[in-house]
Amino acid sequence: MSLHEILTLPFMQRALIAAVFIGLAAPAVGTYLVQRRLALMGDGIGHVAVTGVALGLLTGTSPTWTAVVVAVLGAVAIEVIRERGITNGDVALALLFYGGLAGGVLVAGLAGSGAATLQSYLFGSITTIDVTDVVVTMVLAAIVVLTCVGLAPQLFAVAQDQDFARVAGLRVRAYNILIAVLAAVSVTVAMRTVGLLLVSALMVVPVATAQQLTRSFRTTLTAAMALGVTASLGGLLVAAFAPPGADVMPGPTIVLLALAGFVVTWPIGAWLRRRQRLTAPFPADAGVPPLDHVDTEAHPHDHGPDCGHVAVRHGDHVDYVHGAHRHAAHGEHYDEH
Amino acid sequence: MTDPVHLHDGAVAIDGRPILRGIDLTVRTGDFLALMGANGSGKSTLVRALTGLLPLTTGTLELFGTPITDFDQWSRLGYVPQRAGAGSGVPASVWEIVAAGRLGRRRLFRPLSKADRAAIADALDVVGLAHRSRDSIARLSGGQQQRVLIARALAGEPEMLLLDEPTAGVDLVNQQALAATLAELGSRGSTIVLVAHELGPLAPLVSRAVLMRDGRIVRDGTPLADHGLPPAHHHHHEHADHPHDHGHAVRLSSPIEGGVG
Repeated sequence: MSLHEILTLPFMQRALIAAVFIGLAAPAVGTYLVQRRLALMGDGIGHVAVTGVALGLLTGTSPTWTAVVVAVLGAVAIEVIRERGITNGDVALALLFYGGLAGGVLVAGLAGSGAATLQSYLFGSITTIDVTDVVVTMVLAAIVVLTCVGLAPQLFAVAQDQDFARVAGLRVRAYNILIAVLAAVSVTVAMRTVGLLLVSALMVVPVATAQQLTRSFRTTLTAAMALGVTASLGGLLVAAFAPPGADVMPGPTIVLLALAGFVVTWPIGAWLRRRQRLTAPFPADAGVPPLDHVDTEAHPHDHGPDCGHVAVRHGDHVDYVHGAHRHAAHGEHYDEH
Repeated sequence: MTDPVHLHDGAVAIDGRPILRGIDLTVRTGDFLALMGANGSGKSTLVRALTGLLPLTTGTLELFGTPITDFDQWSRLGYVPQRAGAGSGVPASVWEIVAAGRLGRRRLFRPLSKADRAAIADALDVVGLAHRSRDSIARLSGGQQQRVLIARALAGEPEMLLLDEPTAGVDLVNQQALAATLAELGSRGSTIVLVAHELGPLAPLVSRAVLMRDGRIVRDGTPLADHGLPPAHHHHHEHADHPHDHGHAVRLSSPIEGGVG
Protein backbone atom coordinates (compact mmCIF):
# COMPACT_ATOMS: atom_id res chain seq x y z
CA MET A 1 0.00 0.00 0.00
CA SER A 2 1.48 3.33 -1.02
CA LEU A 3 1.68 6.44 1.11
CA HIS A 4 -0.90 8.09 -1.10
CA GLU A 5 -3.37 5.25 -0.61
CA ILE A 6 -2.89 5.35 3.15
CA LEU A 7 -3.40 9.10 3.29
CA THR A 8 -6.71 8.83 1.45
CA LEU A 9 -8.21 6.37 3.93
CA PRO A 10 -10.67 8.39 6.04
CA PHE A 11 -9.80 6.61 9.31
CA MET A 12 -6.14 7.27 8.65
CA GLN A 13 -6.77 10.94 7.99
CA ARG A 14 -8.62 11.23 11.29
CA ALA A 15 -5.80 9.45 13.05
CA LEU A 16 -3.17 11.73 11.51
CA ILE A 17 -5.03 14.87 12.55
CA ALA A 18 -5.39 13.57 16.09
CA ALA A 19 -1.72 12.60 16.19
CA VAL A 20 -0.59 16.10 15.20
CA PHE A 21 -2.69 17.82 17.83
CA ILE A 22 -1.77 15.41 20.59
CA GLY A 23 1.88 15.50 19.61
CA LEU A 24 1.81 19.25 20.16
CA ALA A 25 -0.29 19.39 23.32
CA ALA A 26 1.26 16.62 25.45
CA PRO A 27 4.87 17.91 25.43
CA ALA A 28 3.66 21.52 25.90
CA VAL A 29 2.17 20.65 29.29
CA GLY A 30 4.92 18.14 29.89
CA THR A 31 7.57 20.88 29.78
CA TYR A 32 5.99 22.60 32.78
CA LEU A 33 5.61 19.29 34.63
CA VAL A 34 9.28 18.46 34.08
CA GLN A 35 10.27 21.98 35.11
CA ARG A 36 8.53 21.45 38.46
CA ARG A 37 9.99 17.96 38.78
CA LEU A 38 6.55 16.40 38.49
CA ALA A 39 7.44 14.22 35.51
CA LEU A 40 5.31 11.36 36.78
CA MET A 41 2.21 13.47 37.34
CA GLY A 42 0.93 12.63 33.85
CA ASP A 43 1.29 8.97 34.71
CA GLY A 44 -0.68 9.46 37.93
CA ILE A 45 -3.46 11.31 36.16
CA GLY A 46 -3.52 8.55 33.54
CA HIS A 47 -4.13 5.93 36.22
CA VAL A 48 -6.90 7.99 37.83
CA ALA A 49 -8.52 8.54 34.43
CA VAL A 50 -9.00 4.77 34.06
CA THR A 51 -11.72 5.05 36.68
CA GLY A 52 -13.26 7.84 34.65
CA VAL A 53 -13.34 5.70 31.51
CA ALA A 54 -14.89 2.82 33.44
CA LEU A 55 -17.56 5.10 34.91
CA GLY A 56 -18.39 6.20 31.38
CA LEU A 57 -18.72 2.57 30.26
CA LEU A 58 -20.87 1.75 33.30
CA THR A 59 -23.25 4.68 32.89
CA GLY A 60 -23.36 4.58 29.12
CA THR A 61 -22.05 8.14 28.72
CA SER A 62 -19.05 9.03 26.59
CA PRO A 63 -15.91 7.70 28.33
CA THR A 64 -13.97 10.70 27.03
CA TRP A 65 -16.01 13.16 29.06
CA THR A 66 -16.19 11.08 32.23
CA ALA A 67 -12.42 10.60 31.92
CA VAL A 68 -11.91 14.36 31.59
CA VAL A 69 -13.97 15.02 34.72
CA VAL A 70 -12.32 12.32 36.84
CA ALA A 71 -8.83 13.20 35.56
CA VAL A 72 -9.32 16.88 36.42
CA LEU A 73 -10.51 15.96 39.91
CA GLY A 74 -7.54 13.62 40.32
CA ALA A 75 -5.08 16.24 39.06
CA VAL A 76 -6.41 18.87 41.45
CA ALA A 77 -6.19 16.34 44.29
CA ILE A 78 -2.56 15.63 43.37
CA GLU A 79 -1.83 19.37 43.28
CA VAL A 80 -3.43 19.88 46.70
CA ILE A 81 -1.41 17.01 48.17
CA ARG A 82 1.72 18.53 46.69
CA GLU A 83 1.00 22.07 47.85
CA ARG A 84 0.16 21.06 51.38
CA GLY A 85 3.50 19.32 51.50
CA ILE A 86 1.88 16.35 53.20
CA THR A 87 4.60 14.09 54.49
CA ASN A 88 5.39 11.30 52.11
CA GLY A 89 3.61 13.08 49.32
CA ASP A 90 4.91 10.49 46.87
CA VAL A 91 3.28 7.71 48.89
CA ALA A 92 -0.01 9.62 48.92
CA LEU A 93 0.28 10.00 45.15
CA ALA A 94 1.01 6.29 44.74
CA LEU A 95 -2.16 5.46 46.69
CA LEU A 96 -4.13 7.68 44.33
CA PHE A 97 -2.57 6.04 41.26
CA TYR A 98 -3.30 2.49 42.32
CA GLY A 99 -6.76 3.37 43.60
CA GLY A 100 -7.56 4.88 40.22
CA LEU A 101 -6.31 1.90 38.23
CA ALA A 102 -7.86 -0.77 40.45
CA GLY A 103 -11.14 1.13 40.68
CA GLY A 104 -11.23 1.51 36.93
CA VAL A 105 -10.65 -2.16 36.20
CA LEU A 106 -13.24 -3.16 38.81
CA VAL A 107 -15.91 -0.75 37.58
CA ALA A 108 -15.25 -1.74 33.96
CA GLY A 109 -15.86 -5.34 34.96
CA LEU A 110 -19.16 -4.37 36.63
CA ALA A 111 -20.12 -2.56 33.45
CA GLY A 112 -19.71 -5.82 31.61
CA SER A 113 -17.14 -4.40 29.23
CA GLY A 114 -14.65 -6.88 27.97
CA ALA A 115 -10.93 -6.49 28.51
CA ALA A 116 -10.63 -5.44 24.87
CA THR A 117 -12.74 -2.32 25.42
CA LEU A 118 -10.70 -1.17 28.37
CA GLN A 119 -7.49 -2.07 26.61
CA SER A 120 -8.28 0.36 23.79
CA TYR A 121 -8.16 3.12 26.39
CA LEU A 122 -5.15 1.75 28.26
CA PHE A 123 -2.97 1.39 25.18
CA GLY A 124 -4.75 3.55 22.64
CA SER A 125 -6.57 2.81 19.40
CA ILE A 126 -6.05 5.87 17.31
CA THR A 127 -7.27 4.27 14.10
CA THR A 128 -10.77 3.66 15.47
CA ILE A 129 -11.65 7.22 16.46
CA ASP A 130 -14.67 8.83 14.79
CA VAL A 131 -15.26 12.35 13.55
CA THR A 132 -16.65 13.58 16.87
CA ASP A 133 -13.56 12.30 18.68
CA VAL A 134 -11.33 14.12 16.23
CA VAL A 135 -13.18 17.40 16.73
CA VAL A 136 -13.06 17.06 20.52
CA THR A 137 -9.36 16.22 20.32
CA MET A 138 -8.63 19.22 18.12
CA VAL A 139 -10.53 21.68 20.30
CA LEU A 140 -9.14 20.47 23.63
CA ALA A 141 -5.58 20.16 22.33
CA ALA A 142 -5.76 23.63 20.80
CA ILE A 143 -6.89 25.07 24.14
CA VAL A 144 -3.99 23.32 25.90
CA VAL A 145 -1.40 24.53 23.38
CA LEU A 146 -2.66 28.12 23.29
CA THR A 147 -2.69 28.33 27.09
CA CYS A 148 0.75 26.77 27.47
CA VAL A 149 2.30 29.08 24.89
CA GLY A 150 0.26 32.23 25.57
CA LEU A 151 0.73 32.13 29.33
CA ALA A 152 4.32 30.88 29.08
CA PRO A 153 5.86 33.86 30.94
CA GLN A 154 3.51 33.44 33.89
CA LEU A 155 3.59 29.62 33.99
CA PHE A 156 7.38 29.67 33.65
CA ALA A 157 7.82 32.13 36.53
CA VAL A 158 5.47 30.22 38.82
CA ALA A 159 7.18 26.91 38.14
CA GLN A 160 10.65 28.45 38.43
CA ASP A 161 10.29 30.31 41.74
CA GLN A 162 6.98 30.33 43.58
CA ASP A 163 8.01 32.86 46.21
CA PHE A 164 9.20 35.35 43.67
CA ALA A 165 6.08 34.86 41.54
CA ARG A 166 3.86 35.48 44.57
CA VAL A 167 5.66 38.70 45.48
CA ALA A 168 5.40 39.76 41.82
CA GLY A 169 1.65 39.65 42.37
CA LEU A 170 0.89 36.43 40.44
CA ARG A 171 -1.85 34.17 41.73
CA VAL A 172 0.39 31.21 42.20
CA ARG A 173 -2.24 28.74 43.34
CA ALA A 174 -4.48 29.53 40.37
CA TYR A 175 -1.61 28.89 37.97
CA ASN A 176 -0.69 25.66 39.74
CA ILE A 177 -4.25 24.39 39.43
CA LEU A 178 -4.31 25.55 35.81
CA ILE A 179 -1.30 23.38 35.01
CA ALA A 180 -2.90 20.42 36.79
CA VAL A 181 -6.10 20.87 34.78
CA LEU A 182 -4.19 21.26 31.52
CA ALA A 183 -2.28 18.08 32.30
CA ALA A 184 -5.53 16.23 33.00
CA VAL A 185 -7.06 17.45 29.74
CA SER A 186 -3.99 16.42 27.73
CA VAL A 187 -4.01 12.98 29.32
CA THR A 188 -7.60 12.35 28.35
CA VAL A 189 -7.09 13.80 24.89
CA ALA A 190 -4.07 11.59 24.35
CA MET A 191 -5.64 8.44 25.73
CA ARG A 192 -7.12 7.53 22.34
CA THR A 193 -3.70 7.78 20.70
CA VAL A 194 -1.10 6.30 23.00
CA GLY A 195 -3.36 5.09 25.80
CA LEU A 196 -3.64 6.08 29.44
CA LEU A 197 -0.72 3.95 30.56
CA LEU A 198 1.68 5.41 28.02
CA VAL A 199 0.47 9.00 27.77
CA SER A 200 3.00 10.25 30.30
CA ALA A 201 5.77 9.16 27.94
CA LEU A 202 4.55 11.54 25.25
CA MET A 203 4.49 14.34 27.85
CA VAL A 204 7.93 13.73 29.28
CA VAL A 205 10.20 11.98 26.77
CA PRO A 206 10.23 14.77 24.14
CA VAL A 207 11.11 17.25 26.89
CA ALA A 208 13.91 15.05 28.18
CA THR A 209 15.21 14.75 24.62
CA ALA A 210 14.96 18.47 23.88
CA GLN A 211 16.80 19.59 26.99
CA GLN A 212 19.84 17.53 26.05
CA LEU A 213 20.62 20.23 23.52
CA THR A 214 18.89 23.39 24.75
CA ARG A 215 19.94 26.20 27.07
CA SER A 216 16.69 28.13 27.41
CA PHE A 217 13.15 27.33 28.43
CA ARG A 218 11.55 28.63 25.28
CA THR A 219 13.68 26.55 22.93
CA THR A 220 13.06 23.51 25.13
CA LEU A 221 9.31 24.05 24.90
CA THR A 222 9.40 24.54 21.13
CA ALA A 223 11.75 21.65 20.47
CA ALA A 224 9.72 19.32 22.71
CA MET A 225 6.56 20.13 20.77
CA ALA A 226 8.33 19.52 17.45
CA LEU A 227 9.69 16.21 18.73
CA GLY A 228 6.24 15.25 20.03
CA VAL A 229 4.65 15.78 16.62
CA THR A 230 7.47 13.93 14.89
CA ALA A 231 7.12 10.95 17.22
CA SER A 232 3.33 10.72 17.05
CA LEU A 233 3.12 11.12 13.27
CA GLY A 234 6.12 8.87 12.71
CA GLY A 235 4.82 6.17 15.05
CA LEU A 236 1.45 6.20 13.34
CA LEU A 237 2.98 5.88 9.88
CA VAL A 238 5.40 3.15 10.96
CA ALA A 239 2.44 1.21 12.32
CA ALA A 240 0.48 1.80 9.12
CA PHE A 241 3.32 0.58 6.92
CA ALA A 242 3.94 -2.54 8.98
CA PRO A 243 3.96 -5.67 6.81
CA PRO A 244 0.61 -7.41 6.59
CA GLY A 245 0.16 -9.96 9.31
CA ALA A 246 2.27 -8.06 11.84
CA ASP A 247 -0.03 -6.32 14.30
CA VAL A 248 1.93 -3.15 15.11
CA MET A 249 -0.03 -0.95 17.54
CA PRO A 250 0.43 2.79 16.95
CA GLY A 251 0.48 3.73 20.68
CA PRO A 252 3.55 1.78 21.74
CA THR A 253 5.24 2.55 18.42
CA ILE A 254 4.86 6.29 19.06
CA VAL A 255 6.35 5.95 22.54
CA LEU A 256 9.23 3.78 21.37
CA LEU A 257 10.00 6.25 18.60
CA ALA A 258 10.08 9.09 21.13
CA LEU A 259 12.42 7.04 23.32
CA ALA A 260 14.63 6.29 20.33
CA GLY A 261 14.97 10.04 19.86
CA PHE A 262 16.19 10.33 23.43
CA VAL A 263 18.64 7.45 23.05
CA VAL A 264 20.14 9.13 19.98
CA THR A 265 20.28 12.59 21.56
CA TRP A 266 21.58 11.73 24.98
CA PRO A 267 25.18 10.94 23.98
CA ILE A 268 25.34 14.20 22.01
CA GLY A 269 24.07 16.11 25.05
CA ALA A 270 26.50 14.34 27.35
CA TRP A 271 29.38 15.13 24.98
CA LEU A 272 28.32 18.80 24.71
CA ARG A 273 28.05 19.16 28.49
CA ARG A 274 31.46 17.59 29.00
CA ARG A 275 32.95 19.84 26.34
CA GLN A 276 31.38 22.95 27.89
CA ARG A 277 32.72 21.99 31.29
CA LEU A 278 36.24 21.43 29.95
CA THR A 279 36.39 24.67 28.00
CA ALA A 280 34.77 26.93 30.61
CA PRO A 281 37.23 29.79 31.24
CA PHE A 282 39.49 29.46 34.26
CA PRO A 283 38.69 32.12 36.84
CA ALA A 284 40.92 35.16 36.56
CA ASP A 285 39.94 37.78 39.09
CA ALA A 286 41.59 41.16 39.10
CA GLY A 287 41.53 41.23 42.90
CA VAL A 288 43.53 38.04 43.28
CA PRO A 289 47.33 38.36 43.05
CA PRO A 290 48.97 36.09 40.45
CA LEU A 291 50.70 32.96 41.58
CA ASP A 292 54.46 32.76 41.47
CA HIS A 293 56.02 32.49 38.05
CA VAL A 294 56.74 28.83 37.32
CA ASP A 295 58.31 27.68 34.04
CA THR A 296 57.36 24.33 32.62
CA GLU A 297 60.17 21.87 32.15
CA ALA A 298 61.64 21.72 28.68
CA HIS A 299 58.63 21.40 26.46
CA PRO A 300 59.14 19.79 23.07
CA HIS A 301 55.67 20.57 21.84
CA ASP A 302 54.13 23.77 20.46
CA HIS A 303 50.61 24.39 21.68
CA GLY A 304 48.21 25.78 19.08
CA PRO A 305 44.64 25.62 17.85
CA ASP A 306 45.14 22.14 16.38
CA CYS A 307 47.54 20.61 18.90
CA GLY A 308 44.82 18.44 20.41
CA HIS A 309 45.11 19.89 23.89
CA VAL A 310 42.01 21.60 25.22
CA ALA A 311 42.40 25.38 25.01
CA VAL A 312 40.74 27.27 27.87
CA ARG A 313 40.44 31.02 28.19
CA HIS A 314 42.15 32.36 31.32
CA GLY A 315 41.78 36.11 31.73
CA ASP A 316 43.61 37.78 28.80
CA HIS A 317 45.30 34.64 27.45
CA VAL A 318 44.75 30.94 26.78
CA ASP A 319 45.83 27.99 28.91
CA TYR A 320 46.39 24.62 27.26
CA VAL A 321 45.39 21.63 29.38
CA HIS A 322 48.33 19.25 29.26
CA GLY A 323 47.64 16.21 31.41
CA ALA A 324 47.00 17.62 34.86
CA HIS A 325 48.87 20.85 34.01
CA ARG A 326 47.86 24.17 32.50
CA HIS A 327 50.39 25.62 30.10
CA ALA A 328 50.31 29.30 29.16
CA ALA A 329 52.64 30.73 26.53
CA HIS A 330 55.14 33.21 27.96
CA GLY A 331 57.71 34.48 25.48
CA GLU A 332 59.73 31.49 24.27
CA HIS A 333 58.56 29.06 26.95
CA TYR A 334 55.42 27.95 28.74
CA ASP A 335 54.39 28.88 32.28
CA GLU A 336 52.53 26.61 34.66
CA HIS A 337 49.21 28.28 35.47
CA MET B 1 5.57 60.62 50.84
CA THR B 2 4.35 57.47 52.55
CA ASP B 3 6.86 55.08 54.08
CA PRO B 4 7.54 51.93 52.03
CA VAL B 5 7.07 49.74 55.10
CA HIS B 6 5.17 50.41 58.27
CA LEU B 7 4.87 47.40 60.56
CA HIS B 8 3.27 47.87 63.95
CA ASP B 9 3.33 45.23 66.71
CA GLY B 10 3.82 42.46 64.16
CA ALA B 11 3.91 38.80 65.16
CA VAL B 12 4.41 35.76 62.95
CA ALA B 13 3.82 32.14 63.82
CA ILE B 14 4.76 29.22 61.57
CA ASP B 15 2.63 26.13 62.10
CA GLY B 16 1.46 27.51 65.44
CA ARG B 17 4.97 28.15 66.72
CA PRO B 18 5.59 31.83 67.47
CA ILE B 19 8.64 33.07 65.58
CA LEU B 20 8.40 36.89 65.61
CA ARG B 21 6.83 38.92 68.41
CA GLY B 22 6.25 42.62 68.97
CA ILE B 23 7.99 43.88 65.86
CA ASP B 24 7.75 47.60 65.15
CA LEU B 25 9.59 48.58 62.01
CA THR B 26 9.25 51.55 59.72
CA VAL B 27 11.37 51.65 56.61
CA ARG B 28 11.69 55.14 55.15
CA THR B 29 12.26 56.03 51.53
CA GLY B 30 15.96 55.90 50.76
CA ASP B 31 16.88 53.73 53.73
CA PHE B 32 19.67 51.20 53.23
CA LEU B 33 18.67 48.86 55.99
CA ALA B 34 20.46 45.68 57.05
CA LEU B 35 18.53 43.09 59.07
CA MET B 36 21.10 41.25 61.09
CA GLY B 37 21.21 38.52 63.69
CA ALA B 38 22.08 34.93 64.42
CA ASN B 39 20.69 31.89 62.62
CA GLY B 40 17.12 31.46 63.77
CA SER B 41 16.82 35.02 65.07
CA GLY B 42 13.94 35.59 62.66
CA LYS B 43 15.47 37.97 60.14
CA SER B 44 14.50 35.95 57.08
CA THR B 45 11.06 35.36 58.57
CA LEU B 46 10.67 39.10 58.98
CA VAL B 47 11.62 39.85 55.40
CA ARG B 48 9.19 37.18 54.19
CA ALA B 49 6.47 38.72 56.35
CA LEU B 50 7.20 42.13 54.82
CA THR B 51 6.59 40.69 51.34
CA GLY B 52 3.32 39.08 52.40
CA LEU B 53 4.69 35.57 51.89
CA LEU B 54 4.06 34.86 55.57
CA PRO B 55 0.86 36.19 57.13
CA LEU B 56 0.97 38.17 60.36
CA THR B 57 -0.79 36.52 63.28
CA THR B 58 -1.23 39.91 64.93
CA GLY B 59 -0.26 43.46 64.15
CA THR B 60 -0.66 45.67 61.11
CA LEU B 61 1.54 45.94 58.05
CA GLU B 62 1.28 48.74 55.54
CA LEU B 63 3.26 48.82 52.30
CA PHE B 64 3.47 52.27 50.71
CA GLY B 65 0.59 53.37 52.91
CA THR B 66 -1.75 50.50 51.94
CA PRO B 67 -2.65 47.66 54.32
CA ILE B 68 -1.04 44.44 53.07
CA THR B 69 -4.46 42.78 52.60
CA ASP B 70 -5.47 45.45 50.07
CA PHE B 71 -2.01 45.97 48.57
CA ASP B 72 -1.80 45.29 44.85
CA GLN B 73 1.01 47.52 43.55
CA TRP B 74 3.45 44.63 43.59
CA SER B 75 5.70 46.16 40.95
CA ARG B 76 6.85 48.70 43.54
CA LEU B 77 8.49 45.80 45.40
CA GLY B 78 11.51 43.84 44.23
CA TYR B 79 12.11 40.61 46.08
CA VAL B 80 15.33 38.60 45.93
CA PRO B 81 14.75 35.26 47.65
CA GLN B 82 17.52 33.12 49.05
CA ARG B 83 19.28 31.43 46.20
CA ALA B 84 18.01 27.90 46.31
CA GLY B 85 15.91 27.17 43.29
CA ALA B 86 17.89 28.90 40.58
CA GLY B 87 18.01 25.62 38.72
CA SER B 88 14.96 23.59 37.78
CA GLY B 89 14.02 20.54 35.77
CA VAL B 90 14.22 22.35 32.44
CA PRO B 91 17.05 24.62 31.28
CA ALA B 92 16.36 28.35 31.61
CA SER B 93 18.53 31.09 30.24
CA VAL B 94 19.76 34.01 32.31
CA TRP B 95 17.71 36.36 30.13
CA GLU B 96 14.53 34.34 30.72
CA ILE B 97 14.95 34.43 34.49
CA VAL B 98 15.51 38.18 34.44
CA ALA B 99 12.56 38.67 32.07
CA ALA B 100 10.33 37.08 34.73
CA GLY B 101 10.97 40.24 36.73
CA ARG B 102 8.74 42.17 34.32
CA LEU B 103 5.67 40.05 35.08
CA GLY B 104 4.30 42.46 37.66
CA ARG B 105 4.07 45.06 34.89
CA ARG B 106 2.86 42.88 32.00
CA ARG B 107 -0.68 42.04 30.94
CA LEU B 108 -1.75 38.51 30.08
CA PHE B 109 -1.18 37.21 26.54
CA ARG B 110 0.86 40.27 25.53
CA PRO B 111 4.37 40.07 24.11
CA LEU B 112 7.22 42.00 25.73
CA SER B 113 7.15 45.70 24.96
CA LYS B 114 10.17 47.80 24.05
CA ALA B 115 10.20 49.18 27.58
CA ASP B 116 10.22 45.63 28.98
CA ARG B 117 13.21 44.67 26.85
CA ALA B 118 15.06 47.84 27.78
CA ALA B 119 14.49 47.25 31.48
CA ILE B 120 15.71 43.64 31.20
CA ALA B 121 18.85 44.72 29.33
CA ASP B 122 19.48 47.49 31.86
CA ALA B 123 19.09 45.13 34.81
CA LEU B 124 21.58 42.69 33.27
CA ASP B 125 23.98 45.57 32.70
CA VAL B 126 23.73 46.77 36.29
CA VAL B 127 24.75 43.37 37.66
CA GLY B 128 27.44 43.01 34.99
CA LEU B 129 26.08 39.84 33.40
CA ALA B 130 24.87 41.12 30.04
CA HIS B 131 27.46 38.94 28.30
CA ARG B 132 26.00 35.79 29.91
CA SER B 133 22.36 36.50 29.07
CA ARG B 134 22.02 33.58 26.65
CA ASP B 135 23.70 31.05 28.92
CA SER B 136 21.78 28.54 30.96
CA ILE B 137 21.51 29.69 34.59
CA ALA B 138 22.85 26.33 35.73
CA ARG B 139 26.20 27.14 34.11
CA LEU B 140 26.81 30.16 36.35
CA SER B 141 28.62 30.18 39.67
CA GLY B 142 26.73 30.70 42.91
CA GLY B 143 27.65 34.36 43.13
CA GLN B 144 26.63 34.97 39.55
CA GLN B 145 23.31 33.20 40.10
CA GLN B 146 22.70 35.50 43.04
CA ARG B 147 23.35 38.50 40.80
CA VAL B 148 20.87 37.09 38.25
CA LEU B 149 18.19 36.97 40.94
CA ILE B 150 18.97 40.58 41.80
CA ALA B 151 18.73 41.53 38.14
CA ARG B 152 15.33 39.82 38.01
CA ALA B 153 14.10 42.01 40.85
CA LEU B 154 15.65 45.12 39.25
CA ALA B 155 13.96 44.41 35.92
CA GLY B 156 10.64 45.26 37.55
CA GLU B 157 12.00 48.75 38.35
CA PRO B 158 10.93 48.55 42.00
CA GLU B 159 11.05 51.40 44.49
CA MET B 160 12.06 49.08 47.28
CA LEU B 161 14.32 46.07 47.06
CA LEU B 162 14.11 43.27 49.65
CA LEU B 163 17.05 40.86 49.60
CA ASP B 164 17.17 37.68 51.67
CA GLU B 165 20.80 36.78 52.45
CA PRO B 166 22.24 38.03 49.15
CA THR B 167 25.81 37.44 50.32
CA ALA B 168 25.34 33.90 51.67
CA GLY B 169 27.68 31.50 49.92
CA VAL B 170 29.07 34.23 47.67
CA ASP B 171 32.82 34.75 47.43
CA LEU B 172 34.50 38.07 48.10
CA VAL B 173 34.86 39.12 44.47
CA ASN B 174 31.17 38.54 43.83
CA GLN B 175 30.28 40.25 47.12
CA GLN B 176 32.18 43.30 45.88
CA ALA B 177 30.31 43.17 42.56
CA LEU B 178 27.09 42.94 44.57
CA ALA B 179 28.08 45.90 46.72
CA ALA B 180 28.82 47.97 43.61
CA THR B 181 25.36 47.11 42.24
CA LEU B 182 23.61 48.03 45.48
CA ALA B 183 25.63 51.23 45.80
CA GLU B 184 24.46 52.21 42.34
CA LEU B 185 20.83 51.52 43.28
CA GLY B 186 21.16 53.36 46.55
CA SER B 187 22.49 56.41 44.75
CA ARG B 188 19.46 56.27 42.45
CA GLY B 189 17.28 56.67 45.54
CA SER B 190 16.03 53.08 45.88
CA THR B 191 15.03 51.83 49.31
CA ILE B 192 16.96 48.69 50.18
CA VAL B 193 16.27 46.14 52.90
CA LEU B 194 18.62 43.21 53.11
CA VAL B 195 19.15 40.27 55.40
CA ALA B 196 22.77 39.52 56.16
CA HIS B 197 24.85 37.49 58.53
CA GLU B 198 27.81 39.73 58.04
CA LEU B 199 28.08 42.80 55.89
CA GLY B 200 31.55 42.46 54.44
CA PRO B 201 31.89 44.83 51.47
CA LEU B 202 28.33 46.05 52.03
CA ALA B 203 29.22 47.68 55.35
CA PRO B 204 29.98 51.19 54.02
CA LEU B 205 26.62 51.32 52.25
CA VAL B 206 24.39 50.48 55.19
CA SER B 207 22.71 53.51 56.74
CA ARG B 208 20.70 51.59 59.29
CA ALA B 209 21.29 48.26 61.02
CA VAL B 210 18.46 46.38 62.71
CA LEU B 211 19.67 43.60 64.96
CA MET B 212 17.34 40.72 65.71
CA ARG B 213 17.56 38.16 68.43
CA ASP B 214 15.14 35.38 69.22
CA GLY B 215 12.35 36.85 67.13
CA ARG B 216 12.57 40.41 68.42
CA ILE B 217 14.34 43.57 67.38
CA VAL B 218 17.02 44.34 69.97
CA ARG B 219 18.76 47.24 68.29
CA ASP B 220 17.84 49.68 65.54
CA GLY B 221 20.19 52.44 64.53
CA THR B 222 23.31 53.38 62.67
CA PRO B 223 25.68 50.51 62.03
CA LEU B 224 28.52 50.13 64.48
CA ALA B 225 31.94 51.15 63.30
CA ASP B 226 33.46 47.66 63.35
CA HIS B 227 32.18 45.98 60.18
CA GLY B 228 28.64 46.73 61.33
CA LEU B 229 27.95 43.68 63.43
CA PRO B 230 26.91 44.71 66.91
CA PRO B 231 27.42 42.14 69.65
CA ALA B 232 24.28 40.20 70.44
CA HIS B 233 25.45 38.20 73.43
CA HIS B 234 27.05 40.44 76.03
CA HIS B 235 28.40 37.57 78.04
CA HIS B 236 30.68 36.68 75.20
CA HIS B 237 32.80 39.67 76.07
CA GLU B 238 33.60 38.10 79.40
CA HIS B 239 35.46 35.32 77.64
CA ALA B 240 38.86 36.85 77.18
CA ASP B 241 40.04 33.87 75.15
CA HIS B 242 37.31 34.30 72.53
CA PRO B 243 37.37 38.01 71.86
CA HIS B 244 35.79 37.70 68.39
CA ASP B 245 33.31 34.93 69.07
CA HIS B 246 29.95 36.61 68.66
CA GLY B 247 28.20 33.31 68.16
CA HIS B 248 26.45 34.54 65.04
CA ALA B 249 29.35 35.66 62.91
CA VAL B 250 29.34 32.42 60.96
CA ARG B 251 31.40 32.82 57.82
CA LEU B 252 29.32 31.75 54.89
CA SER B 253 31.65 32.92 52.18
CA SER B 254 33.30 30.04 50.44
CA PRO B 255 36.49 30.32 48.43
CA ILE B 256 35.25 27.62 46.05
CA GLU B 257 32.22 29.53 44.87
CA GLY B 258 33.88 31.71 42.29
CA GLY B 259 35.62 28.79 40.65
CA VAL B 260 33.00 28.12 37.99
CA GLY B 261 32.27 30.57 35.26
